[in-house]
This record gives sequence, structure tokens and C-alpha cells, in this order.
Amino acid sequence: MAGDLSPGFLGRSVPRVEDARLLRGAGRFADDIALPGMLHAAFVRSPVAHALLRSVDLSNARALPGVRAVLTYADLRPQLRCDRIPLALPSAMLRFDVDPFCLAQRELCYAGEPIALVAAESRRVAEDAARLVELDFEALPAVVDARQGLQSGAPKARLDCPDNLVAQTVLEYGDSEGAFAAGSIRVTERFRIHKGGGHSIEPRGVVARFDAVEDMLTVWDGTQMPHRAKAVLVASLGLAEHQVRVIAPDVGGGFGPKAVFHPEELAVPAAAMLLQVPVKWIEDRLESFTATVGERVQEWEMEAAADREGRLLAIRGRLYHDHGACTPYGVALSYNSATNLVGPYVLPAYHLEIQVGLTNLVPAAPTRGAGRPQGTFVMERLLDGIALQLGIERDEIRRRNLIAPAQMPYATPIVTRDGKAMTYDSGDYPECQRRALAAAKWSEFSGRQAAARSEGRWLGIGMANYVEGTGRGPFESAAVRVEPSGEIRVTTGATAQGQGTKTMLAQLVGGVLGVPLEKIHIVDGDTAASPLGLGAYASRQAVTAGNAVVIAARLVAEKARKAAAAMLEVAPEDLDLADGCVRVKGIPGLKRSLADLARALQGTPGYALPGDLEPGLAAASDFQPGAIAYTNGTHVVEAEVDIHTGAVRLDRYVVVHDCGRMINPMMVEGQVLGGVVHGIGATLFEWMRYDESGQPLCGTYADYVLPTADVVPRIEIHHMESPSPLNPLGIKGAAESGTIGAASAIASAIEDALKPLGVRITDLPVTPARLFALIRAAEQRRDSR
Amino acid sequence: MSSHQVAVTVNGRLYRRTVDARVNLADFLRHEIGLTGTHVGCEHGICGACTVLVDGFTARACLMLAVQADGRTVQTIEGVAQADGPLHPIQAALSAHHGLQCGYCTPGVVMTLIELQCENAGATLTEAEIRRALSGNLCRCTGYQGMIDAALAVLGGAQERGETS
Amino acid sequence: MKPAPFAYHRPETLAEALDLLARLPNARILAGGQSLMPMLNLRMATPDHLIDLGRVSELSGISETAAGLSIGAMTTQRAIERSPLARAGCPLLLEALAHVGHQATRNRGTIGGSLCHLDPAAELPVAACALEATLTIAGRSGKRSIRFDEFPAGYLTPRLAPGEILTRVDLPRREQGSGWAFEEFSLRAADFAVVAVAALLALGADRRVRRASIAIGGLGAAPVRLAAAESLLVGHPCDAERVADAARAAAELRADGDEVYPAEYRRHLAGVLTRRALERALARGRKGV
Ligand code: FES
Ligand code: FES
Repeated sequence: MAGDLSPGFLGRSVPRVEDARLLRGAGRFADDIALPGMLHAAFVRSPVAHALLRSVDLSNARALPGVRAVLTYADLRPQLRCDRIPLALPSAMLRFDVDPFCLAQRELCYAGEPIALVAAESRRVAEDAARLVELDFEALPAVVDARQGLQSGAPKARLDCPDNLVAQTVLEYGDSEGAFAAGSIRVTERFRIHKGGGHSIEPRGVVARFDAVEDMLTVWDGTQMPHRAKAVLVASLGLAEHQVRVIAPDVGGGFGPKAVFHPEELAVPAAAMLLQVPVKWIEDRLESFTATVGERVQEWEMEAAADREGRLLAIRGRLYHDHGACTPYGVALSYNSATNLVGPYVLPAYHLEIQVGLTNLVPAAPTRGAGRPQGTFVMERLLDGIALQLGIERDEIRRRNLIAPAQMPYATPIVTRDGKAMTYDSGDYPECQRRALAAAKWSEFSGRQAAARSEGRWLGIGMANYVEGTGRGPFESAAVRVEPSGEIRVTTGATAQGQGTKTMLAQLVGGVLGVPLEKIHIVDGDTAASPLGLGAYASRQAVTAGNAVVIAARLVAEKARKAAAAMLEVAPEDLDLADGCVRVKGIPGLKRSLADLARALQGTPGYALPGDLEPGLAAASDFQPGAIAYTNGTHVVEAEVDIHTGAVRLDRYVVVHDCGRMINPMMVEGQVLGGVVHGIGATLFEWMRYDESGQPLCGTYADYVLPTADVVPRIEIHHMESPSPLNPLGIKGAAESGTIGAASAIASAIEDALKPLGVRITDLPVTPARLFALIRAAEQRRDSR
Repeated sequence: MSSHQVAVTVNGRLYRRTVDARVNLADFLRHEIGLTGTHVGCEHGICGACTVLVDGFTARACLMLAVQADGRTVQTIEGVAQADGPLHPIQAALSAHHGLQCGYCTPGVVMTLIELQCENAGATLTEAEIRRALSGNLCRCTGYQGMIDAALAVLGGAQERGETS
Repeated sequence: MKPAPFAYHRPETLAEALDLLARLPNARILAGGQSLMPMLNLRMATPDHLIDLGRVSELSGISETAAGLSIGAMTTQRAIERSPLARAGCPLLLEALAHVGHQATRNRGTIGGSLCHLDPAAELPVAACALEATLTIAGRSGKRSIRFDEFPAGYLTPRLAPGEILTRVDLPRREQGSGWAFEEFSLRAADFAVVAVAALLALGADRRVRRASIAIGGLGAAPVRLAAAESLLVGHPCDAERVADAARAAAELRADGDEVYPAEYRRHLAGVLTRRALERALARGRKGV
């Protein structure tokens, strides 16, 4: 179906059009924006996890020279249409919505929750003033563990909610009970899975300006979803759609948290309107630790049943999910975890009770992988457990359970949120595993392992398979216009945070129209350029916006051919589009450039348009993918454990990745690499800790350990390309997939290294002290035998 | 509180400003003289996004006061290549090897590699040495591999030189 | 995260610096800034006056003395790292420096700044402790000397009286026939250590241990000498059993802990790292005898 794309433009690693500016330091990020008269904001934040505000004394802060205003909820409320920020995303799972306030009204529900906004001539002075605000509050007991919070008699995380059980559901199909009764093998395990934050190196940031002359609010917001931000601002501020423009400038990484609308994104524009001056707020790193959403802890109590051959019969259990203090982003995390557990395997029966608990911690919301790594971790650990019990190799047990390519498209028995069966569209999972094992020399590993063991080194190899639902709808917008100058202007609701979206779209448009990338100008992330759009979430933009621009560009090509046919007085079939020109086949020199055609279609006063066409050489498409396109992959990793310290070193990492047809393989690899390293971080390093009163114990990158260049291995990526039948280009998403397999593969490798000791990995992260404790316990078990 | 007259040479140009004592070099470069290419990711000296060269040596601009740079020479990302000239070989290699995505960490990475190149002129660096040298620059996008390959291409004695096509 | 307001002072001589320090209320010394600046940015430190020693040239430089090396307190870590004098005279310090931060922080971080900041997990204090560094401290009434192990007064607190400035660090020259090793455990190379051990062993012609100096950091508020382990070694031929005994003694020290690195784990690391350090120091010492 992609036949008319110049072959040179699809599947080719063209250099990125974004790079030169960024490499010269000429990007424009939120904090690079300076407006005349602009004030700088700092927030007064809750110092405790749970309390009732009795009073706030602003007098000293307001009196500080350089301070223009110190605003509380009561000050901003007249600007607002509703008490809370209207963020509810529909879900049958939710028992009630807990929309956040832009500034705390009365109840403080997590340490870091914004209470007041200081606007001053500089950020320094704003911070000085914020320290002078005196809070009087009555401390309340805090819920810091979701599971404990769900027990009877537990304190309430929010007095304004009926209880802590904010959502629950049962995901269920098949006859689990019967399977467990009949099954010959049973593995029971409890998992406590922590996953950390997004940690884009650029923190969040908002600059807002209300122009009284234009009667227009413009907000530069480091967001993944400017259109959603605009919709929330329109609803909250009572402005008309045409009065609000949200622009995502250069955004220094997103990874999920920047998809969530945070309170500051309303408080700052509301303050700019109230004060009638531009206001800038740039999050500092301490704020990103306390006030930016991230993932946290899931506890799973699980059981798997299998037959003697290791074929899965059923999985059942319970998932307790820590949701934090409000629900700004629905229940995507626990839902993704639960459904992604099934993975690339045939699972005949499944019964999972999900309980989502409110806690007095910053709201939990997706970070790269969005709950899927946890579900995959549970499945892969259970499979390793079954293999261990049956004495089957780990690759073999998977082979016996993988969905066969002949079964594609494979409808799982899971019914998704939109009522359809969760269906894997394409892929060859056994072949993917086979290639990964071959690339990693899996079958030769035991020799190397034995040799190393004789030198006192503990090496292990691990693997994991996974799927990822990508390209979530409902749609993405794109419009392609050839300007009379010959420049191609593409506008889209897609929004970039470093993925190379501009390159990806330019590559596609250039492919259809036969024009070089430099001539294509992409405008993304600007609500004024594209009235409709959704933005970056669920690894979706190549699928949705990619197909949309191709459809639009093809319409443009078609129109160009018609116009040229009229102007050259030939039949459209006799024309070719190449190198930005429509040419008459076989007659070199007889041609019209796209610029010529755009000029002609721009119209000349008093003359008809060529071929009675509609004006303008332009077209638009809002591509709606019918269903989710499933990317899949296999990770194989070698790990070395220092059994004296519990330290883990990763030696070799192989990924075989199938995201359908690739537009730009270099950028696909970049996405996978970043994802794998994020997954390595979540497995071995990153741990967002709180004390028992709900105080964050990490506030710097000394406390919260991100993976650095010296601790990640070289990662070798191989591609398969199983085209998706769900979209014209046959593509699937790639941005999060790398994170999903990492924890499972690494845990499996660690267990393999320590196999003589019988260590089982069930909790994340696997820190040295934790692993050492497991090694110690295993040694003691062994010695006492 | 005190404010100070400072004269700092940045990318070959002398800037005279009066600054508050507590303004750090990163904020000075970004907000006082408008060179926003130096980025700020943590303000506690760990992410490396703010890395600049002071008198030829890398420094975290968030861990240095502007007044400390008085009389010094500072080089920032804006001074690495001429605005209308070709990219520096390290910059070109980063693009060729996909060593950047969002570009937020990139200025710090470039400055770190430039120092590495200067200090090891002529020598061939190993991947392990490059990884250690880059371990002070946090990047959440790339997984580091592209920037390591770029550095290897320029500093590792490999045949391939990092030039964009 | 911007610092609270302060006034900045930039003396050019030590005398001037001492005078400012004596005169100004709530003043702090700014050395390389690699520890103090983050604390200022986080407002964990809120001095009213900052006295920057960056241009007091008499405080930096490395020179040879009869006993060994004399390093000005404001000498940067990078300068020490690149100094042939230091490399030849004090290889243990160089080995410790290889674990310290990143080049961008070592370019500005100073030896005196690190010793005075006294982070319990920092490498240089551990090395200084094992090396029995002598610190010269200047006050308005003159200079005094103190051995490093008497320097820590508590968590992040050096034994400096108000108005005093650390000016010089003297390190003994490596003895012929001595071996050294610096071992640490950290997640990433540039991190502060979880636990670090510095060991120096001098072997006699009879291959017995003539002198042992072992310091450990990361267990408590400040580095300590492993006196028990040292006395197990001195006067004996050093074999695997002795090393194991010394390591066991290290693992019996009291340790503070937290959720990520509990006390028990740190104690265990103390044993492992002491063993590793002694083994390497011994191998080097034997080569040198
Ligand atoms: S901003 Fe300076 S190191 Fe992060
Ligand atoms: S490219 Fe985004 S942080 Fe490095």
C-alpha cells in the first residue's frame, strides 16, 4: 500500500532535521522564552503529606521588595469556572474521580502540593518570598502504602472522598478455577514492583501571556499534549476556544509525566490573567521530585497453573496499585499492567482483581512503558518459575506458550475499554525469540558460564518476550500545504519531545511529493496551527500522524497532477510526480513545479482556477487507526553478579524488535535504546522513596540514581518488520517498547547467575543490598540443609 | 546581599554586567546575556546539562557564581561553531550517530567531549574511557550509545569520521 | 532552586581572608564550590557572607618537602591528578582521586574543600585518614597543625574554630617497599562511596608487615582508622588468613544505615573491601620489596 513512496524515503536512516539547531544551542525551550515585563513564579508547597490548612499568612511575603503578588486558591478562584481542574478521563473502573485543585483549597494531600503562587521580578526573589509564607495547618494521618490504606480502619487519604478505594475491577476470562483444579503445576509468588519517574532532563515549564489587545491567552507549555492543555484551560478559565493558544516549544524529553496536566499549568495562566502580565514558571529539580507525577509501587499476589509440559492453563491473583492523591490521568497504569501481562503467550484463563488505592503521595501516572513493564515482569517471572519447577529450559517454556504466526491476527479473550477483543494484529513471536537467542549465542552460554564459575565469577543470561500496544487513537491530524514559494508546510497535532517527529513526518511527505527535507516545514505542537490534535502518548505518533501526513500528501499529489494536467493539456495518467515537479512522461522539459501549481491554485483575480479545482494546493487528514497495533520484542541480557557485594553488571544486551515497517531505522533504534536504558534504570538503580510520614526521601540526583554511560552495556538491536494491517504504512509504535522487557530479562539473568543458590527475584528495584540479602538468605538455606 | 561589576569574556566577546552575588554562571549566561544554549537540569551539579568551559576547562555552570567568572574566559555551546559555519566535528558526529534526541543534554555533552578531545589530542580513546568521561552527563533520551559512537568516531581512532552526509 | 541572598567577598591573600572571616557574621568559606554550591542552591546552607578563596594564590600548589608532599588547600583535584609529583609521591591519593566525581567537578573541586566538607562517603577524607595527613590551619593568632584523624568533629563538621581556615595538607612520601590500595563500592564510578577503604602496608625486609594504616569511610559520620585490623597485621607475615582476620575486624565496626544501604550491609562491605584493599596493597608491596 505504500507503493508510491519513493523507496529512498521509507526505511532509510536520514539524518534528523532537528539536530543542527539543537547542536548549536539554538533550540527554544520554555525557559528560553523571555517576554517584556514578565514575572517569575515560585510555588509555596505543602511541607507535609496530609493536613488541613487552617490559615496562610502572606503578609511578610507580600511585603518583600520585588514581589508583585502572592496568590492563593481564594485569589485565583474568581478566574476559574470550576473549583477543581476538570481532568476526569472516563473509566468504568473508577468509583469516583478525584480532580486536583490548581492550588490547594483546604486539604493538603501530598508533600509538594502547590498552595500559593508567588510572582516576583526574579525567580530568586519569588523563592525568597515563598519562604516567608507562613502556613498554619492541622496534621492528619497519611496513607503511604496503598495496600495498607485499603485495609479497614485505615485512615482516609482524602477527607473529601468516600474511602481510599478509588477504582477496582476484575479482569477475567476463561475458567481459572477449573484450570487450577486440573493443572498439575502451580507457581505462587508475591511481587512488589517499584517503577520510578520520567525524569526528563528538562523539567516542566510554563510561560503564559494574556494579551488584552488581542484578547488572547498564549501559553508556552512544556507538554506532550498541547491540545488537551488548551481544552482544560478553555473549560477552566471560561475563555472561548479562539482565545487560547497553547504552544509546546522545544521540549526536553517527556516520557509520560508531561502528558499529564499538572496544577501549575492552570495556576500560571490564571495568574497571568489576573495580574495582566506575562508569568513564567520553570520547575526546579526539587519540585520535579515532589510535584511531578511518576510511577511507584504495585503489589501483585499471583498464581499460575500449567500442565506437565509447561503449557499455561491459567493465571489468577490480585493487584494493588498505588494511585497517589488524585486521578489526573485515569487508570491507564493498572489497566496496562493487567492487560500487558498476557503478552505474546496463549493464556487460556485469567482472573485478576485490581484494587487501586489513594495515598498521600504525588499522583501516580504513566512514565515510559506506562505499567506494561510490571505486567510483563509478572508473566515472565511466573514462566521462569514454572520452567524451574518442571526442569524445562527458559527458552523452551516460552516456545511452548508463544502465539504461533499462523494464529495472527490473534484475538485474545480480553475485551478492551472500547468493547472490542484485544487483538494482536501481526508478528512472528517464535521467530523473534529465535533470532534474539541466536544473536546472543544463548545455546553457547552455559559453556562460558561454567568457565567463568570456575574462576569464581557468577555469570547469568536472561530473556524476556513482550508486546506493546501502540498507536492508540482516536486520531491524529495532519495538513499539508504547498506554498506558492514551493515550501511545503505541514501542520499536525502531533507533538515532539525529542523523538524526531519533524524528521519522521518530513521524510514521509518528502517521499510522497518527491521534495528534499529542507523544503518541508513541520509545525507541530501548536494549537493555533492545528485546531485538532492529541499529541504524544502511547507510542502513537508515527502510526497516527505518520499515516495522516501520507494520506494528506497523497491528496496533494493527486491535486497537483490534476492541476498540471489542465495546465499542460494532457491526461493526468500521462504525468509523473518527481523531484518536486509534475512531468509529462517521456517528454523531458514539459513539467510544472509544485510551486508553479501552488501559485496557479492560489488564483489570479478574475481568472478561473486550472481544471476547475478547489483553491489551494493543500489537503488534510485526521487518520483514525481502527485498533491498536502491537509491537513486540525479545530481550536477552548477560549479567554478572558480584556475590560478595550484590552488585550487578550487565555485559551484553540483545534486542530483537518488531515495530512493523520502519520509517527511519536510526530513530527507531534511538527510541529502543533510550527505552532499554530507562528499563535498566528502573530495574537496578531508580528508587523513589518516602518515609512513613510520606516525606520524599529523594530530592536530588545523588539520592535518586539514574543510569549513566558507564553502567549501561552496549545494546545490540536487530529488527523484524511484520507490517501492521491496521494502517496504510504498516507501521507500529516504538517509543516505549524498550522499557518493557528490560526488568524481566535482567531479573532472569540474575537468577540464572545465582542458580546454584536458588535466588528468586520478585521485587524491584534490585539494589545491591537487596540482592546481597537474598544471596545471604539463600546461602543460609543451603547451609542449613 | 551584594552586587558586583563583572567582566566576562564569553565566546570571544567581552560582557560587562552588574550582578547579584547569588546569580550563578548558568543563569548569568542564559538570562543576563541571553545565551540560552547552556541548559539547566538539576542545579545541584549532577546532570551536566550546564557544562561550559571556563578558561578551557569544563565546569558546572550551576556550581559557579557569575561573580567568580569575573575576568575569566568562558566558552559555551554557542561558541563551538560559527552561527553560519559548519558544525564542529563533534557536533556533526553526534548528528550522524544519533547521539541526541531532545537536545536538552546535548550542549553539556558537546562541551564535555570538546575538553576530552583537547586533553587527548592525538591519543586514541577506548569505549570504556569515553563512557567514564561521559558519565557526568545525564541523558534520558538516547541510552548514551549514539553519543558514545559519535565520540568513538572522533576520538577513538576509528576510520569513520563523524560527518553528516 | 536559587540561593538565599548573601554578600560575596574575594580576598587575594590569606591574611585578608582571615580578617574577613573574623569580622563577618555568619560567613562561610567558598573553596571549589562543588559541595557548597549545591547546598546554597538548595538553601541547605544560608550564610550571610561568602568568602571566596579562589584567588588566594598562596593557597594552591604542590611542592615537595623533606617528608613528602605539601599541597595547598585550594589546589584542585584535577591539578593533583595531573601532577607528576603527586603521582610519584602519593599514589594512594591518586587512586582515591580516580573515584572522585567527574572531570568537570574535579576541575574546580579542591582538596581542602573536600576535607573540610567532610562528607562521610567522600574519598579524599578516607585517603587523608590512611595517609595520616597533617593539616595546617591558620587563624588570626597564627597557625597550628593537626593530624587528619583528629580533624572530624562530627557529621559534615571539621574541627575548625571560628575564624580558622585550612591552608595546607602535608602527606608523607610513599615508603620504599610499601603497597597501597583504595577500594570502594558505589553504584556508579563517579558516585560518593557507599563504603570506601584505603590501605597502606609497609613490609620489612623479612616480609613481615612493618606498618599498616587502614582507613574506612561510609560507616559513620567520618572516616576512621581500623586500629584493630592494623594491630592484627603489624609484626606478622601477611598471609590470606591474616587478611581475612583483618577483614573480619572491619566488618565488626559500628555502622549507620538506611533503607538503600542498611547498616548490616555496610558492615559486610567493610569486610569485603578491606580484604580487597589489603590483597592489592600486599601484592604491590611485595613487588616493591
Ligand atoms: S544543572 Fe548544573 S549539573 Fe545539572
Ligand atoms: S537527548 Fe534528551 S536528554 Fe539527552
